[in-house]
Amino acid sequence: MQTDDLIKLMTQDARVRHRLNPVFVVAVIGGLLISVLLLIATIGLRPDLAQAIQTPRVAFKIGLMFILAATCTRIALIIGKPGVSLKPALALLAVPVLLLGAGIVLELRSVASGEWGTRLIGQNSGFCLLFLPLLSLAPLALMFAALKQAAPVSPSLAGAAAGFASGAIAGSVYALHCPDDSPLFVATWYFIGITLVAFGGWLLGGRMLRW
Amino acid sequence: MNQSAREAEWGNWLRLAMDGDAAAYDRFLRAVTPYLRSMARKRCNMLGVSAGEAEDVVQEVLLAVHLKRATWDTSRPIGPWLSTIVRNKMIDSFRKRGRHISVPIDDVMETLQAEDRRSGLEPADLEKMLAGLRDPQREIVRSISVSGDGIRETAERLKMSEGAVRVALHRALKGLAMLYRSE
Repeated sequence: MQTDDLIKLMTQDARVRHRLNPVFVVAVIGGLLISVLLLIATIGLRPDLAQAIQTPRVAFKIGLMFILAATCTRIALIIGKPGVSLKPALALLAVPVLLLGAGIVLELRSVASGEWGTRLIGQNSGFCLLFLPLLSLAPLALMFAALKQAAPVSPSLAGAAAGFASGAIAGSVYALHCPDDSPLFVATWYFIGITLVAFGGWLLGGRMLRW
Repeated sequence: MNQSAREAEWGNWLRLAMDGDAAAYDRFLRAVTPYLRSMARKRCNMLGVSAGEAEDVVQEVLLAVHLKRATWDTSRPIGPWLSTIVRNKMIDSFRKRGRHISVPIDDVMETLQAEDRRSGLEPADLEKMLAGLRDPQREIVRSISVSGDGIRETAERLKMSEGAVRVALHRALKGLAMLYRSE
């Protein structure tokens, strides 16, 4: 085919129907909604959520997860846009990381050292490791569908970023059920769960997000 | 014209194109192509790859720019976006041909000479490419590229709605990009 002929074809297809930003936003909102509905339909919200959210540990847990989800989701969007620097978005990750660090320090100070182990292990760690990845499936699938339209320089890294983002969204949702409120628990089990999802995203991204 | 004026002009054209202005898109693509050709030729010469392959590389890069233009944030300058897409696709395209090249990131906007002169060597055979497409995509590609018909004429001749022709054309371009990738 002559290049001129190819250009003729492309000019007849000039209009862009769906730009990346709105497609991605719809995917994230859709994924979050499905994840919340899945939680409500299965294990449900914690019965005492309205009171519990007023206690510092629960407010911290839910707030931290939402901030982490928002920062990671923004990275997953920007990573799909060629020529846009990731540095400012990555630097914002310091906010949830420092918050978590502060939460851990406060917890270690306010709880006797003999209690640390029990707090860390919690009551439902296995359940958290099972449910968090499960709740991340819808956000991950929809985010991947949106990123198929993107142009990430490294498809694997884009997959990992989408995995971190959907893992953190799932963590925010699971936090509405989770009875383990210590920052030590969150730092351990949520982190492992989110990392598992990110690893899955990394594997899938290498195959599915090439362009 | 200096680099920043060129960048502003290309940006304006692509912005209009994304809103559906075919004439602006034509100007954009015809302005960018000679620069891509010059970059591809230079690397083909360096690597001893035939010049006909350079035109295939150009087409593969153009298809990537086309299919990924929705990732350009139109409030930003076009240079970094275009350079990154071109660089990635060019590296991919040569890697597939068994050659490893590096394309410095600034190269695209800074490439000075544009090469309009086409080589005598033909790029990938049209019929071979078309064989990889399904109907009605194949007929639509033939109608628009070879006969030079517009969407409306093509729709009338194939007894399809204009919307269906547009959708099929978009799929055909995706299909062509896939064919290049799997070559």
